[in-house]
Parts: sequence; structure tokens; C-alpha cells
Amino acid sequence: MINLIRSLGRWGLGTFERLGRGHLFLLHILAGVPGLFLRFSLVIQQVYSVGVLSLLIILVSGLFVGMVLGLQGYNTLVDFGAEESLGVLVSLSLVRELGPVVSALLFAGRAGSALTAEIGLMKSTEQLSGMEMMAVDPIRRVIAPRFLAGLLSMPLLAAVFSAVGIIGAFLVGHGLLGVDDGAFWSQMQAKTDFYDDILNGVIKSVVFGFVVTWIALFEGHDATPTSEGVGRATTRTVVHSAFAILGLDFVLTALMFGDE
Amino acid sequence: MPLVKIRDLHFYRGNRAIFEGVNIDIERGKVTAIMGPSGTGKTTLLKLIGGQLRPDKGTIEVDGQNVHKLSRSDLYELRKRMGMLFQSGALLTDLTVYDNVAFPLREHTDLPESMIRDLVLMKLQAVGLRNARNLQPAELSGGMARRVALARAVTLEPMMIMYDEPFTGQDPISMGTLVNLIHRINDAMGLTSIVVSHDVEETAEIADYIYLLSDGKIIEHGSPVLLRGSGSQWVQQFMHGYPDGPVPFHYAGPDFEEDLLKPEEYA
Repeated sequence: MINLIRSLGRWGLGTFERLGRGHLFLLHILAGVPGLFLRFSLVIQQVYSVGVLSLLIILVSGLFVGMVLGLQGYNTLVDFGAEESLGVLVSLSLVRELGPVVSALLFAGRAGSALTAEIGLMKSTEQLSGMEMMAVDPIRRVIAPRFLAGLLSMPLLAAVFSAVGIIGAFLVGHGLLGVDDGAFWSQMQAKTDFYDDILNGVIKSVVFGFVVTWIALFEGHDATPTSEGVGRATTRTVVHSAFAILGLDFVLTALMFGDE
Repeated sequence: MPLVKIRDLHFYRGNRAIFEGVNIDIERGKVTAIMGPSGTGKTTLLKLIGGQLRPDKGTIEVDGQNVHKLSRSDLYELRKRMGMLFQSGALLTDLTVYDNVAFPLREHTDLPESMIRDLVLMKLQAVGLRNARNLQPAELSGGMARRVALARAVTLEPMMIMYDEPFTGQDPISMGTLVNLIHRINDAMGLTSIVVSHDVEETAEIADYIYLLSDGKIIEHGSPVLLRGSGSQWVQQFMHGYPDGPVPFHYAGPDFEEDLLKPEEYA
């Protein structure tokens, strides 16, 4: 019993200590962000590896998610003779919910894990220590540009995901199931609000981008500098990011749409 | 006045003492070696001097400044005058050899690219790798990576360089090249060098002064000639590489015969 309490205490202390380190790490990153506007090329490079290289998985997944939504939505709506509302159903589902959430989960798997592995390996091969000894702060030079790149890329990726998803749903709805294209687009335009739907979706994806990139970079920076340690850190990035995305999605949805 | 002055240094990892009351003076313009068996904290000592770790007690002064009392910006200013060669080379893997050597100049100076090019080529010429400038770090052998790292470490013309196990895992030719380079660069640039190593022959060849570390303490210090003639059995064992002596061949534990009489242990 005493051992159980002791190990519980140790676990608690360890968790809070890591949480504290994670927040200090974030403060350090944020302090480095303003300086990046003077060297924006560093951020652009990272937008390429974090964002552009994630495009393929986002495009393909978005298309299929949209197509499935089209099929499933049509089958439900047709029972009520409301199949022409397919455009609204698809756009609201994607813009409010699936776009930000699924693209953030994919982003965590594709870009988050890559960031953790990259930073973890840089640590284990002493590249970060080497920079410190060259009087270059690795958090400002290496971590902060990646953080800003993640923050900028995530909403763009979510927007691409939603757009491609809507196209996928249109292809299935209009091309395969015969929904009237005029009704599909006009109802979507009429019922999708810029502030309530699109902007809230963008806010969600910015929050997810912030959290996923923070987790990925912290796990990499905090990884035990061995191959096993980097492997574990990469796994933790994906798992913790998924929890964070889904948990935060509930909180944000409750705040944004809870009183409707 | 020595360039690096370490006084009463204590450093612990958990409950394990790495250093207990270590005093070291690194004289200007000299090559000073810190030697000792693996795991005695030689690399830790370099990290303490570079301000990457904090001592639990004692002081480390570099060029008259207490490293651990400096503000972050002052510490970074001091580090611009300290080069460090890591065991792995620590080259940035996403940059070419050229960009690696140019890295400190681009980060710390506003020099035009044409001047950076000249400086980088001069440094690479000094280590014999000017024509390897377009290679990626992954394409270099271990010895070449260390030479590139050496070129990078001297780019900002530092006052001192710390070498972390520069000879480990090198073939005889690379080893000879590195020994020669460290010696030559130290003299040509008027540097102060600290070489952490357990390669006795190579280190003794270039060192002006040697400190022998073991179990968190300085066991002996002096010129290589003095240490080779030392009366201490431990020093003799280390300097000549005897397999048994004050540092026993067998890991501490119960007697062999006693152990043989307990066959039930793994039964």
C-alpha cells in the first residue's frame, strides 16, 4: 500500500514537473517568435516541411471524408426528402468540425511526429548542444521557426481539407446520386455563416495547430537522447496530441455553439 | 593568470558524486589534457566550463569571469570566444559542410557573403577539406566530420577550444591528422586548448600539461614526462594501460570460489 502511494506520488510529481517544464519551454519559444519576423526565411523553410509536405495526406483524406459524408448524408436526408440540403450538411460538418479535427489528427501524425523525431535526433546527436556552445540559442533558431510554421500551416491545411471534402461530397452527391447542383451550392452559401461557422472553424484549427506543434516540439526537446527515447517521444506526441485535440474540440465546441 | 580557473568544484548526478573538490588551472596558450577512465565526468567538466551545466558547489572562471554568475546574454558573449569540438562533431545535418562552417558567421556577424566565403574557404583549407565543401555531413567519415567541426569551432577566432574525446574511434591516419591539426591550430592561432581524452599516447604527444581524473578527484597533474615517471601505481596503470592494478580487472563482488559453491543461484 505504502509503495502504491509512493509510486503515485512520484508519478504526480513527475507529471507536474514535466508540465511546468513544458510551459517554461513554451514561454521561451514565444519570447523568440517576434525576432523571427526579421528572419522570416527560417519560417518559410519550415512551412514547407511542416505544411506543404503534409498536403498530400490532407488532400487525399479530405476527398475521401467528403465523399463518405456525401454518401452517408444523402442516405439520411433522402428519407425526409431533404437531399438538396446535402450541401449544407457537408459544409457545416466539415467547416465546423471535421475539417479542423481530422486535419489536426493527420497533422499530428504526419508533421508532429516528424518534428519530434527531428528535434529528438538533433538533441541526441548533440546538434542542439553544439548550437548553444556556438552562442546560438537553439530554441530561437530551431524551435521557434517550427512553432510558427505549425501555427500558420494548420488553419491553411484545415481549410484545404474542408474545401476538398466539399468537392468530394459534390462529386458523389451530384455526379453519383443526382442531387441538383444549384440547390447544393446555393443552400450551402445561404446557410453557412462566415463568423459562426467558418471563423469558429479557423479558431479551432489555430488552437489545434498551437497545441500539436507545442507538444511535438516539447516532446522532441525533452526526449531521452537515445533511439529508444526518441521513439517513445514520437509515440507520446501522437497520443497526447490526439487527446488534446479531441478534448479541446469539446471545450471549444461547447464555448462556440453551446448556447445555440 | 590562468585562462580557466576551477576551484573546489562539486557536481552530483542524483546521489552520485561526479566531482568532489576539483581544482584545475588551464594556462593560456597551452594544450592542457584532462584524462581519466570512461565515466569519470570528463565531458561533464567541459559542459560545466561552457556553462551548459551548473556546479553544486565551487566556481569556474573563464578569462576572469565566473561562468555561472553571468547573465544569459553575457554567457552567450563569452561562448562566442570559446569553441567546442564535440565527440560526434555535432554538425547540423541539414546543412552542407560549407554552410556548417559559415553558420557561426551568419548568426553572429553582418559580413557580406563574399567575405564569409573567403573565411570559410580559409578555415576549410586549414583542415584540408576545402574541396569537400559541398558534401552533406552524412557523406563524411567520422574523422572528416571532426575536422569540419574543428573548422567551424575556429571560425569566430575564439580564445580557447575544448575538444571532447577527439581521437575516439579514429583510424591511425585520421588520428594522426587530428593530433597534428590540434597542435598546429593551437600554435598558429595562439589558442588555449583543453583536450578531454583517454587516448594516452596521442594526448600525451600534444599536451603541455595533464590532469588525471578519477572518482571525482584529481589523482595527479603535471607534464606528460612527469606523469610517466610518477610513483603512483594508479597513474602507472592508466598511463601504460595495464589491465589490472589499483583499478581492478574484476568488478567488485563476492569471491570467485565462494560463488562457485552456490550453484542454486540460477537453479
